[in-house]
Amino acid sequence: MKRLPVNRLSSRTSSAIIWIVLLTLPLWMRAVGSYTELGTQVVVLALAAMALNFLLGFTGTLSFGHAAYFGLGAYGAAMTIKYLVPSTPLAILVGMAAGTIAAMIIGALIVKLRGVYFAMVTIAFGQVFYFITFRWNTVTGGDDGLSGWHRIPLNLGFTTIDIEHDGKAFYYFVLLCFALSVGVMAFLLRSPFGRTLLAIRENERRARFLGIPIERHLWLSFVISCLFASVAGALYALLNNFTDPRALYWGQSGNFVIMAVLGGMRSFWGPLIGAAIFVVLQDYVSSHTENWMSFVGLFFVLVVLFFPRGVLGIIRRRTMR
Amino acid sequence: MSLLDVQNVSRHFGSLVAVNGVSLAVERGELRAVIGPNGAGKTTFFNLISGFFPPTSGRIVFDGVDVTQLPVHERVVMGMARTFQITEIFPEFSVRENLRIPVEVAAGYRLRPWMSHTDDGEMRARVVELMEMGGLTDKADRLVGELPHGDQRATEIMMALALKPRLLLLDEPTAGMGDQETYDITRLIRRLHKDQGLTIVLIEHDMRVIFHLADRIMVLAEGAVLAEGTPDQIANDERVQAAYLGKAA
Repeated sequence: MKRLPVNRLSSRTSSAIIWIVLLTLPLWMRAVGSYTELGTQVVVLALAAMALNFLLGFTGTLSFGHAAYFGLGAYGAAMTIKYLVPSTPLAILVGMAAGTIAAMIIGALIVKLRGVYFAMVTIAFGQVFYFITFRWNTVTGGDDGLSGWHRIPLNLGFTTIDIEHDGKAFYYFVLLCFALSVGVMAFLLRSPFGRTLLAIRENERRARFLGIPIERHLWLSFVISCLFASVAGALYALLNNFTDPRALYWGQSGNFVIMAVLGGMRSFWGPLIGAAIFVVLQDYVSSHTENWMSFVGLFFVLVVLFFPRGVLGIIRRRTMR
Repeated sequence: MSLLDVQNVSRHFGSLVAVNGVSLAVERGELRAVIGPNGAGKTTFFNLISGFFPPTSGRIVFDGVDVTQLPVHERVVMGMARTFQITEIFPEFSVRENLRIPVEVAAGYRLRPWMSHTDDGEMRARVVELMEMGGLTDKADRLVGELPHGDQRATEIMMALALKPRLLLLDEPTAGMGDQETYDITRLIRRLHKDQGLTIVLIEHDMRVIFHLADRIMVLAEGAVLAEGTPDQIANDERVQAAYLGKAA
């Protein structure tokens, strides 16, 4: 298998193909018997999985609690529109701030932990947020979730884009947020800072003795990762015009990990492929049987057993040999 | 003033006293070897100097600054770099990529989210310079994990050197090497010491290497200093002979 240099995250060809598919998606989604919202869902969950993978695939640290920041983003956005200001961009910013601030505090408490201990504590903190949203009925709507609000059309001054009713317009709005987010992540990963994260992933002891303050860099990676997970959460709430405590449940964190590993956590676009497979399987299989998760699970096990580098790893091996 | 002044350091692991009241003063430009039988506490002593863990008691002064409690990365910034007995590298990265990381850290770029074209060119040039010095130019884009042991060692030493250290700590740089590889590494260390005037502290088992390189030798046994002196003094020291022969017998 030919290997990409560390500075290159993905081949130009694969990036070009992915952008063409994403940009044209609403044009052919119906033709293949599907609907635009499904595409929007793929892009939103792909952002969450790629955000998780910033930490998992490129810093070598597993978080099992990213749903907490995803959910904080969702509740931040929903509560902004419901209680404060009817503005979609502001809702996203508030959701992002909520997730990021929480990540800054929790990150500082856990960066000394490693491996399974880190993962366990991220679950524990995630569940704290889950129970808060679950119990605090008056503010969060409790188990029923937060409804009775909807995303607001974008007012650009000279014109208004109706992302509320026009599914395609909302798709492209989400795609723009996605592009900005993954653009920033790719930019960071190619920088000297990004290389220190790869160094930590590859050999923490060596990285430490090369003068990299491991805890500080791990904290930064965690916060950046959670920041984009909370953007994804905010978009998810806007997509559904609704959010509930399941967005923060640790099962949701597990889904992000499954997407990342399924698609290939060592490749930049892997989690996007994983998210697409996950969402499409869920959509297709769940219309035939309630037990769709067992099919996702079976597929996951097969991939991990036979293709440990994920789906994108298989494709890359085929094409680059 | 000595560059490195270790004052009476000890390190306990539970009831085991791994290093017991060891002092060491290394002058600028000196190459000091630390030898001793297995289990003498040499690597633990290195770990104390480089900050892997703090000493139970005693003080470590580097260039006039008390670094006893400083974290590893701050010691690196001050000019302390080390290699390990079992080579610590990034095996899945190429030689070039392995060197790029410490070069950027040494330039103070470890938190930089961007890099200008000029800076990037400078970093590349510095990497090329280091690869030439280490004899690694023709393997620049090979994965380090696939290279022979000697080249991995050379890469590790050049990574330490990329940090522009004032003190280089080498833990058994020729461990597990054949004659030719040992010769190459010894020559590299000698060049760093003689041509660049780098201060080096070296743990080593191979006596040919030590007598070829060292200005002075410190002998550790059972966690304490057994003897100290020039290579000739050490070679003729009866206690040292007894310690080594005693182990062998």
